[in-house]
Amino acid sequence: MSEFRGVWIFSENLDLMLELLGKGSELADKLSVELTATLVGHNVKDQASKLIEYGADKIFIVDHPALKNFYVEPYTSALVQLVQQHKPEILLIGSTRRGREVASRLATRLETGCVPDCTELSIDDDGRLIMSRMVYGGNAIATEVCRVKPQIATVPPRVFEKLEFKERKGEVVEADVELEEPRTEVVETREIEAAKVKVEEAKVIVSGGRGVEKKEDFRILEELAEILGGQVGNSRPLAEDRKWFTEWIGLSGHKVRPLLYVACGISGVIQHVAGIRDSQVIVAINKDAEAPIFEVVDYVVVGDLYEVVPALSGALRKLLKGG
Amino acid sequence: MPTIIVCLKQAVDVTELKVDSATQRLMTADAPRKISDFDKNALEEAVKLKEKLGGEVIIVTVGPEDARMVLREALAIGADKAYLLSDPSFEHSDTLAISYILAEGIKKLGNFDLILCGEASIDSYSGQVGPRLAERLDLPQITYVRALSLDEDTVMAERSLEDCHETVKAKTPVLLTVTKEINEPRIPSLMAIMKASKKEITIWNAENLKVAKARVGEVGSAIQILEVLAPKMERKKIVVKAETVGGVAEKLAKALVKEGVVGR
Ligand SMILES: Cc1cc2nc3c(=O)[nH]c(=O)nc-3n(C[C@H](O)[C@H](O)[C@H](O)COP(=O)(O)OP(=O)(O)OC[C@H]3O[C@@H](n4cnc5c(N)ncnc54)[C@H](O)[C@@H]3O)c2cc1C
Repeated sequence: MSEFRGVWIFSENLDLMLELLGKGSELADKLSVELTATLVGHNVKDQASKLIEYGADKIFIVDHPALKNFYVEPYTSALVQLVQQHKPEILLIGSTRRGREVASRLATRLETGCVPDCTELSIDDDGRLIMSRMVYGGNAIATEVCRVKPQIATVPPRVFEKLEFKERKGEVVEADVELEEPRTEVVETREIEAAKVKVEEAKVIVSGGRGVEKKEDFRILEELAEILGGQVGNSRPLAEDRKWFTEWIGLSGHKVRPLLYVACGISGVIQHVAGIRDSQVIVAINKDAEAPIFEVVDYVVVGDLYEVVPALSGALRKLLKGG
Repeated sequence: MPTIIVCLKQAVDVTELKVDSATQRLMTADAPRKISDFDKNALEEAVKLKEKLGGEVIIVTVGPEDARMVLREALAIGADKAYLLSDPSFEHSDTLAISYILAEGIKKLGNFDLILCGEASIDSYSGQVGPRLAERLDLPQITYVRALSLDEDTVMAERSLEDCHETVKAKTPVLLTVTKEINEPRIPSLMAIMKASKKEITIWNAENLKVAKARVGEVGSAIQILEVLAPKMERKKIVVKAETVGGVAEKLAKALVKEGVVGR
């Protein structure tokens, strides 16, 4: 039998940690092994009980002032030592930008593989972790395994659900590790204003692309979103090129799964479509009848968003009030 | 004057991919190749730094012999030298093996100040090669950089994270990965293309690099790909038509209410 045993999870983000516990407990049950959470940071001790409620059997705590700011070196060194001492067979790491860089450095130090941004995880009959993720810009799903242990996967936010188990007991261990010194220095941090509602949680998303000419024009999209109890979203160029927003939907941005996705002035390039694939119903409004978005939607509206969107708002307002 | 290494990948142009409808497999072999988008931003940034500070820009890539094509383009954009790490045994390397080959190539090159990589490649989009390479070369790293400056031996970088922008300082040598927002890559002039045809491309194989055979290619990779399939995306594609915009809106609104996706 392999000396590697157990499913471990890590994220610097507590919410994501709870989601990883949800999936992790399923994998651990299948393998009949323990689920361990690695709680690394500063003043994080009091999160342990919550992690147990959400499925952790065991918790390794590394709580240290040197971990107050997130630097890749101390975090990686803490995890490497824990993994080397206890040899888990599976390690799930939250796929934030910080999480991904730790995962890469960790996997290299352990001379193992790491499958990024997994959207499906399961155990096959041989006990291997089967990992699926999007590749080729969203054109395909690759299914991969890792031949070396630990098998490492990173998991994006809101792909898996939290499971609350309530009254459970778990073992909490204060780990003794040496932390490497950071080799970079953060001299300034500017918070990005977080959106009120997280776009992944919205039931309806009205999204704008480069067809929206001015930032003020988003008002008409916002109006429609409001009538529908939803939120606005956008394609990447509006964030990166025009700098109107800090986030976007798609392959390199948020993956969403609303009941309704309305794409306004979005051409339907594969990287955008990759993020909306799981929407229940998709509507596209585009003045170009040949726009590729029309190949991947339920309702095709060829028209000017500046006319169609306000008209749709009007029609829905009437219908919904009447109903 | 800095020596800047840019790691560049010849990637599949994912916008040109076709799917074999019978098997749901991607026809990647026929798809055109190009410099991976974010790597082009890394190269542009390196060339800009050189224009400001002097020094040298060296491109390193792991790939098949025909990756020469993208190296020519990179030389035309402004790189001084290009190294192609190429050997049949390197085929099917995962990020563990690729970062090992790159690290051996870069060690052979000698001293440098910066290594620039793209945040991820457009085809496999793992985002791992940069940090893995930093680990192998025992370097500090700054990922997702959207603005960058270099002064003597100090780098100042602004990185973009989900919840904040961080300004980060580091001493060279350091490895950085850049995002698309950092710059607008130039299109090389005809003159530059002609000049670049005289620049040298050095090819190093497994023997030149003295890499361990067991650590490259399929045998040296930890990840095994079981299957790559195009997802099915069957949608209704109902065209909503009417005489007037108001008519279209009304039809669509009714359809959405019927679908049960609004008013909940
Ligand atoms: C590796 C990589 C990752 C990427 N990740 C993402 C990602 O996560 N998300 C993302 O969105 N993009 C991503 N991109 C960028 C992507 O390739 C496209 O550039 C982008 O999605 C295009 O945005 P768009 O549809 O808004 O703009 P465009 O492609 O310019 O389309 C604008 C559309 O608006 C229509 N239009 C114009 N005016 C009107 C009007 N008045 N009424 C109606 N329609 C109008 C036009 O007909 C056109 O179809 C990525 C690219 C790369 C290389």
